[in-house]
Amino acid sequence: MEIDLRQFHQVFFEESLEGLDTMEQELLNLEEDSDKENINTIFRAAHSIKGGSATFNFKEVSDFTHVLETLLDEMREGARPVTKEVVDLLLRSVDCLRGMLNRIQDGDSAGNEHTELIDMFNRLLGGESNSSAGGETIANLGNQEQEGREKNSDEMLWKIQFVPQSYILETGNEPLRMFRELKAFGALKVHADLSQVPEFEELNPESCHISWNLELDSEIDKESVMEVFEWVEDDCELTISQISVADSRQSLNKEKFSHADQSEQSSIELSTDIEIEENLEETSTSSLQPTAVAVDTTMVTTEKTKSFVADKKAASTASIRVGIDKVDTLIDLVGELVITQSMLSELGDNFSMSKINQLVSGLSELEQNTRELQESVMRIRMLPIGFVFNRLPRMVRDLSTQLGKKIHLEIKGESTELDKTVMEQIGDPLTHLVRNALDHGIELPEERVDSGKSAEGTLTLNAFHQGGNIVIEVSDDGKGIDPEIIYKKAVDKGLITDGVEMPPEQILSLIMEPGFSTAEVVSDVSGRGVGMDVVKRNINNLGGSVDIESEPGKGTVFTIRLPLTLAILDGQLIRVASEVFVLPLVSIIESVPYSTTDISRIAGDMPVYKLHNDYIPILNLVDEFEIKQPMASVDEGLLAIVEGENRKIALRIDELLGQQQVVIKSLETHYKSLQGVSGATILGDGRVSLILDIVGLSKRASERATRNRNRVA
Amino acid sequence: MSSEIVQVIQNQEVTYSDTDMMADETGSQYLSFIVGEEEFSVSILKVQEIRAWEVPTFLPNSPGYIKGVLNLRGTIVPVMDLRMRFRFKKVNYNATTVIIILKNRNNGKDCLMGCVVDGVSDVFNLEESEISDVPEYGSDIDSRFTSGIMTVGGNAVTLLNLDNLLKLDLIKHPYSGGQVVNG
Repeated sequence: MEIDLRQFHQVFFEESLEGLDTMEQELLNLEEDSDKENINTIFRAAHSIKGGSATFNFKEVSDFTHVLETLLDEMREGARPVTKEVVDLLLRSVDCLRGMLNRIQDGDSAGNEHTELIDMFNRLLGGESNSSAGGETIANLGNQEQEGREKNSDEMLWKIQFVPQSYILETGNEPLRMFRELKAFGALKVHADLSQVPEFEELNPESCHISWNLELDSEIDKESVMEVFEWVEDDCELTISQISVADSRQSLNKEKFSHADQSEQSSIELSTDIEIEENLEETSTSSLQPTAVAVDTTMVTTEKTKSFVADKKAASTASIRVGIDKVDTLIDLVGELVITQSMLSELGDNFSMSKINQLVSGLSELEQNTRELQESVMRIRMLPIGFVFNRLPRMVRDLSTQLGKKIHLEIKGESTELDKTVMEQIGDPLTHLVRNALDHGIELPEERVDSGKSAEGTLTLNAFHQGGNIVIEVSDDGKGIDPEIIYKKAVDKGLITDGVEMPPEQILSLIMEPGFSTAEVVSDVSGRGVGMDVVKRNINNLGGSVDIESEPGKGTVFTIRLPLTLAILDGQLIRVASEVFVLPLVSIIESVPYSTTDISRIAGDMPVYKLHNDYIPILNLVDEFEIKQPMASVDEGLLAIVEGENRKIALRIDELLGQQQVVIKSLETHYKSLQGVSGATILGDGRVSLILDIVGLSKRASERATRNRNRVA
Repeated sequence: MSSEIVQVIQNQEVTYSDTDMMADETGSQYLSFIVGEEEFSVSILKVQEIRAWEVPTFLPNSPGYIKGVLNLRGTIVPVMDLRMRFRFKKVNYNATTVIIILKNRNNGKDCLMGCVVDGVSDVFNLEESEISDVPEYGSDIDSRFTSGIMTVGGNAVTLLNLDNLLKLDLIKHPYSGGQVVNG
């Protein structure tokens, strides 16, 4: 019987990549004085990758992780100090492993970039443990070495008697794999006891009837040996004892004698890939051509791998890890919903007017259940933003070395939750902002000291919830952005005409216009003038916005505002004439009663409202949208001051209705997108209501202003 | 009233599948309906469903014949008034006014459009060969919107060209995104 392991590959890849992320993070946290737990975590991650890859026969990966583990082990024991060199090497290995795993996942071979690293590891590890280090050595651990060691009778051997229960294979444990792991510690001799194997007719291929006597020539302690058998401890009889080499030879001879007819075939050579099941067959049918069997299997596997590669690409689907508590909440809620439903249906079966109160309370319960259910379903898609933040420390570390800057990265609010889709798309813009801050923002240590700051720059990432938004701040204490330079540059590039007066924040936002880069030297890190505009576009596509605040000499803060989810929006319902629209709650600054006295008219009869020191253009939706009915209120009503992308407009509305969460539906599914409308939603009464797009509306307002100006001129 | 009509159509469909279908297997089925004082038809395969008239939600800056959008079990479907599209004078909404939800492909994706008509009349079978060309004399209706004439029970019925009639690119909408993005 052959278990199809490929079905587990996806899980293995996911877990391994996750493990690599953990390793990376912990490595970055690794300081010289850090405690053992840090290294332990790294070690555990490496260990499970090694175990997994060995199980699935990704030999390059398991060999490589093994070398890694050897080094980590030394660090764990305290035998090797944590140096930048070692951490660098380990980080490079993490990258390398990630590449290998990705390639294997795509159906390619693992590649051989790791061989160079293995060499480096071996050099680092030196001659101190040459028997257990190095991928090459593992593979070549042959009889010669064993024999050579046997002669040294002073040495002690681990004698392990391993008698698994017959169901061991069903638990997913693979003795062969454990032996491989043991072999990593030193020369291993395996002797299989086949005396319990039944006749071929009675043979159940799923049970294991073999027991093993192992001799391990290694200086490791007993715990390490036990660790290998950690998973099977309860499913086997295990005796581990230490004997001298001389004893071992004797006992082995004895055993050889007792199973004289079988022992030649049964001493399993571990470096071949013969499956245990095959071995069983071989021995019981006293196979004549064991090699042929092995070759056949390899061929079959290769073919299968190929066909698997073909359909794998289509089949790989994104998955999400959800905390069990979230799932439990969902189940509870569904339970409540079912109860409410049965209560209501019972009520409906024999309804009379006297039960109207029950009905009302039942319905309100249903409403609450539904809302809670909706919220928790949404929560399933929510992941902590730490997933994105965590890939930044590594980048900061590498970049600061590359740029010769000293940078301290501070991360706050990494547990702030965010929709998975939003998160996937925020990664690149965020990375770019961080690169920019490192490259342009934070100065070189000398410069910093000269301007009276500490040599080490600080880059802070912060995330928090604000209203229905998540706010991500990327701030540095670098040299800041000088609006004047930006202004000049923008004039040079023809983005604006000289002499136009602009508030500083609007000038700063010019750096996010396409084709704008102020870096004097175009560097590898940033400065090709594509980037900030892409950042802005990406974030706008997500329905978010970017603001820049900067004080020359003090630093810069980029504030990204994003909706928590792309599917739901906190809306304010408004009425204009007979139509009900939804305004995104986050865009509303305030609403004021409309009165003609506050309104001035500027160039070309464009009405504006004076709010503090700002003149805000007034948009009348009845005119703008060509609504056929007039507004209910001619000289009264309200003005809703709304903001999008730093531009404010005032909307004339008749009435503010309720606030509610609305599910965003696209108009484009069956129609076209319309400027000024970002989508539609379905209100409680089943009617469609349009969601206003403030950015689009303010664009229309400014286009109209331009037209008016032209007409006047 | 309108729901009764839907009922009738459904019943007819049932009858067809029971008996007539066998005899007329080669032909295709068409749904005919009344717009103004004329009868029009579309292939029944293009019809998703028929709904009673309800006032749709207004769409900004839309041409007059786009009445707005309505909620079709959670999806937002635009509604076009065929009488206005055909520039008929008399447009009123009464008990027989219905919205026929039609399917059509636009820019590689399936789109739905509700079409307001004065009433549905019949479902019938017809051979492809029984459809004749539209005569070239002056008609109020844009010739791109028709694709043939068929005679049903002595009456002339105009077969509509849905590819053009429902083509979103032919609906002029200022401030529209222009390109329809897939998805």
